[in-house]
Amino acid sequence: MAKKRTLLEIKHLYKIFGPEPEAALERVRAEGLGKSELMEQTNHVLALNDINTEVREGEITVMMGLSGSGKSTLIRHLNRLIEPTAGEILLDGEDVLALSQEQLRRMRRERMSMVFQNFALLPHRTVLDNAGMAAATRGDKRADYEKDARKWLDRVGLGGNADQYPHELSGGMQQRVGLARALASNSPIMLMDEAFSALDPLIRTDMQDLLLELQSELQKTVVFISHDLDEALKLADHLVILKDGFVVQQGEPQHILLEPEDDYIVDFVSDINRARVLRVRSVMNESGDPVAEGAVEVDHDDTLESVLSKSDGAMEARFVVTRDGVRVGTLDMAEVLKALVPAAASESGMRTQAT
Amino acid sequence: MATYDFLFSALGLQDWCESSGTTGPISLSALRDSARGETAADVSIWDLPFPSMDALNAACQSFPRSRELTLGLERGFLSIKDSLSIVLDPLTQPLSWALEAALYGVLNTPWWIIIPLLLLVTWLVSRSFTLLAFVSVSFLGLAFIDHYDYAMQTLAIILVCAFICVLFGVPIGIAMSRSNTMQRMTIPVLDMLQTLPPFVYLIPLIFLFSVTEPKLYGIAIILYAIVPVIRLTDLGIRMVDQSVIEAADAFGMTDRQKLFGVQVPLALPNIMAGVNQTIMMSLAMVVIASLVSAPGLGVLVLRGIRNLELGVGLVAGLGIVILAVVLDRVTKAALARINSTHKA
Repeated sequence: MAKKRTLLEIKHLYKIFGPEPEAALERVRAEGLGKSELMEQTNHVLALNDINTEVREGEITVMMGLSGSGKSTLIRHLNRLIEPTAGEILLDGEDVLALSQEQLRRMRRERMSMVFQNFALLPHRTVLDNAGMAAATRGDKRADYEKDARKWLDRVGLGGNADQYPHELSGGMQQRVGLARALASNSPIMLMDEAFSALDPLIRTDMQDLLLELQSELQKTVVFISHDLDEALKLADHLVILKDGFVVQQGEPQHILLEPEDDYIVDFVSDINRARVLRVRSVMNESGDPVAEGAVEVDHDDTLESVLSKSDGAMEARFVVTRDGVRVGTLDMAEVLKALVPAAASESGMRTQAT
Repeated sequence: MATYDFLFSALGLQDWCESSGTTGPISLSALRDSARGETAADVSIWDLPFPSMDALNAACQSFPRSRELTLGLERGFLSIKDSLSIVLDPLTQPLSWALEAALYGVLNTPWWIIIPLLLLVTWLVSRSFTLLAFVSVSFLGLAFIDHYDYAMQTLAIILVCAFICVLFGVPIGIAMSRSNTMQRMTIPVLDMLQTLPPFVYLIPLIFLFSVTEPKLYGIAIILYAIVPVIRLTDLGIRMVDQSVIEAADAFGMTDRQKLFGVQVPLALPNIMAGVNQTIMMSLAMVVIASLVSAPGLGVLVLRGIRNLELGVGLVAGLGIVILAVVLDRVTKAALARINSTHKA
């Protein structure tokens, strides 16, 4: 996989809430105070603590953490709904924090759109007007954007609901409107703040599939916030895990799953369905071991779950791993099973402490 | 000797006290005391008077009495009254014109145009047949007992004043919602307007304007009735769902787009509730304002009180109740229609 261009870059970002954030920042930098210490000593909330990460073009970057980990605060810094206490945010090499109000407004109108956890649709406008909100805000004429808005409503499966009001739709449908609104702005970057968290599990899965389908077609740069590891692993090309305002680990989801660097992450990954997340390429054997004739072929990007179903439960099965039709390695069932052994929740982890 | 003599002697102010002699007319109790030849002797601690202006004046005649406070306020007001009138008169003249025109309009347009017109408005804002029937029975009933002219005068005054209240109240409310300083400064004024007995602001208005001018009662009604629409506009805009505001920001709306495209439309149910209250309060004030020549049903109520004409007063009072119920129901119906399209 060719490494993609970095579009958004966050450097040494700090955000402290309280009456005197500058003074508190000095103490955080000098004494290395954590979130709870700062709260205890100065009554300031350390929301983001030295965040360094990047978002690559055309990828879905998922920022994941529990509530209070600062993930929603972080995404709001990207379009400056919240101003940072210190740090840099670069969009295509350009300093977002240096933008004037007018430039900032233009960036929000043309380069970034946003999808919200609680939908945040305009309740007094029809679904069509909501979908066309970005274009209307830019000052486009209704006749010009209506067709485009209808196209995106069709695309998210709401073609027949254009003239209804948001309160007449179910939660899942409302979020489809939110998605259509973001897509209809035609901006290259989409910020999604816990976009699917308020939905029922089945509808959430639908929406995730819809997002992945749209993504394979549009290749937008998506920053997705989630507190759900299954969702994060399903969507992420790049995963950033936050805890108490700092980045615990970031990288490719497979990598984080197989080599968690921290007890916190071990706790996180200990009870997910590993078969559904792990892919053949992360566990395969790249040596050219001989393979029995007629061995089943699997793609390097398949999940272990699909490998299991192909094995028909045969313990001694051995697979040929291919990539674009070329053999790149082999895979034994034993390796598959080893990869599926769940990581135990660590002794010192939160889960043990909680009980 | 008075109780607080020691205070002035201790401060060495005796000369100042005696210099100006008695100021102002002598009080009745002082007169009585001097007639009996009594002077305040040693006072027991139980009878110790509060060191009020009057008590201090007894000890030191140069010290002003509280009576001079009210007198001073009155003189002060009278001295600025003329220059105040020069400014206020032209500013408020359009109000007089509007009220005169409305009163002329309702009295010189035949009833068979006015009543259908009112019913049409009712239908347009409520789309309800029961309400339409109720309103027509009310108006036809009032007309049948020969209270049509009075009721229409009252209605005309209310509508003009309520319109002006909305015209000024909504922008003031918007300004309050956008600035905490503005809100802090405005709320005491609103509290005062709301709690000051309505008769009290008639007094300075009578000094400022001629009693024959409609703006006199117009201003009194507006001052009294504008408070709810300001408060509820402010509250309504502040209560708009923050996440919707955030979405508006995230899509790059300007402040103006946000105000007229999001905040005001979403605050509309609250603003309409304020308008409803404003109309109800103008109706309450229009009766009191008949003391200063406001025409309408209030005049009949006043006649009932003045001449002890029980029947006249009661029927006019009932007419006001009917008018109140009609206005309330019609504005509430309009509010309900807005609410139905504004569900979150």
